[in-house]
Amino acid sequence: MTAVLRGIQAKARLYWPLTKSLQTGLLLSTGLAGYMSARCPVTHWYDFLGLGLSLYLSVAGSTILNMWYDRDLDAVMNRTHHRPLADGRVTPDEALRLGLVLSALGVSLSLAMDLLYGLVIFAGLFFDVIVYTVWLKRRTAWSVLWGGIAGGMPILAGRAYGLGAIDGVGILLALAVLFWIPTHILTFSMRYFDDYRAACIPTFPSTYGFSRTRLAIAVASAVAALAIGLAGVLIGMEWGFVRLLAVLSAGLLLLAVASVFKPAERLNFGLFKYASLYMFSAMVLLSL
Amino acid sequence: MRMTVLDRILLLLTGLLAAYQIAVGIDGLASLPVTAYTVGFGVLLVASLLLIILGFEVLDSPVVVIVSTVIPLSLALGLVWERLPVFRGAYLAFVLLGFIAVLLTRLLPMKNRLPVFTLAVVHAVAGLTITLLPLVWAFLGRSPLGFALVGLGGAMIGIGGLQLSFLKAGKPLLSRATILRILPALLMLTSAAFVAGFKFG
Repeated sequence: MTAVLRGIQAKARLYWPLTKSLQTGLLLSTGLAGYMSARCPVTHWYDFLGLGLSLYLSVAGSTILNMWYDRDLDAVMNRTHHRPLADGRVTPDEALRLGLVLSALGVSLSLAMDLLYGLVIFAGLFFDVIVYTVWLKRRTAWSVLWGGIAGGMPILAGRAYGLGAIDGVGILLALAVLFWIPTHILTFSMRYFDDYRAACIPTFPSTYGFSRTRLAIAVASAVAALAIGLAGVLIGMEWGFVRLLAVLSAGLLLLAVASVFKPAERLNFGLFKYASLYMFSAMVLLSL
Repeated sequence: MRMTVLDRILLLLTGLLAAYQIAVGIDGLASLPVTAYTVGFGVLLVASLLLIILGFEVLDSPVVVIVSTVIPLSLALGLVWERLPVFRGAYLAFVLLGFIAVLLTRLLPMKNRLPVFTLAVVHAVAGLTITLLPLVWAFLGRSPLGFALVGLGGAMIGIGGLQLSFLKAGKPLLSRATILRILPALLMLTSAAFVAGFKFG
């Protein structure tokens, strides 16, 4: 019995990094915030649990499928070559099976909960794995846009589940995530420029240069901040929370603009970290 | 100088207290004080987050002198607007001119003592306003005694702001290591005093 438990524990330790827990957690928080933004009182714990579980399974499943498909790229990149799949601790077949099972469970559960919600979740998974990873990631720097659309699906799905329909605010929230994702991904692709070049992945910095990428980040940050702020007002967020969101947005914009005029690696990575913190804080404020 | 875990915790608490004050603590006030306090506590919030993310090295930026002037100026303006209506216009003019003066003397190359003098005057007036106004109001009975805590916060941020500004101006009052050692605790205690002072005042 103890040996079995130890075996499960060892497998869990190997599988956990495959799910990119921080990224998955952040996307999960957007989905839950989307649901809470519909001003649904969480009176049915099983609803909330089902939402969290289906989102987690779908996002983690698609992340594992991405990692399975990109294992050859991960193996040549300094930042990722130690991942369990890239260094052979997890076999490709094992990862594929795990990714498919988690994705199927997540989509099935979400479809069972609500057809519209399930369809949006499925669309997110499709855009992320098929359109972004399999089709576009190795072909064009603009794949980031499709990754952004996939990233916007959890918040749209959460709100659709809360309302029973897709509304303008839901689309605005999805747009906010879509435009936030370049800030997240492009700062990262500048920091690990050599890694991406070694793996021959076209990125904004390698295609359009660092200056234009920084400008794109600043514009995307401004649009994301505007979209979240507008969505907050339309949802009926308390004015105090709107003020707080405005302050946090101002911080994001200041960093993005500062990195355009005074580019520095430290500032770039600071923007990456701040953007994650910003998105999480915005999700908390939308939920209150 | 490396930031310790305790420093990070203190800065996080500072950020959370400033966030609370922006979101909840200034509801029901007139537009200008709300804007002024939002700017003041907003700068405190973003500054503490940037310190956590980028470390003490962020203080090497020349922008720090300007930013550390915004906090006392905006808080002092909010207090004067609320408690001293007679001086509203004059104080608003002082805040705007003072900020522009600090901005210009920092951005334009100057080899005389004007930048340090400007900084000292602006910080001193704003710092004394935040410190003395709440203390006097509380002891005269015009406000509940708890309002005196805002004055305590004002004294602390005044000390911190002056230390940072003079350090950046190349005329430090204390060594850089000492300033960095006390800064996170000073910011946290300042925020706590402000939040409590506004709550009970």
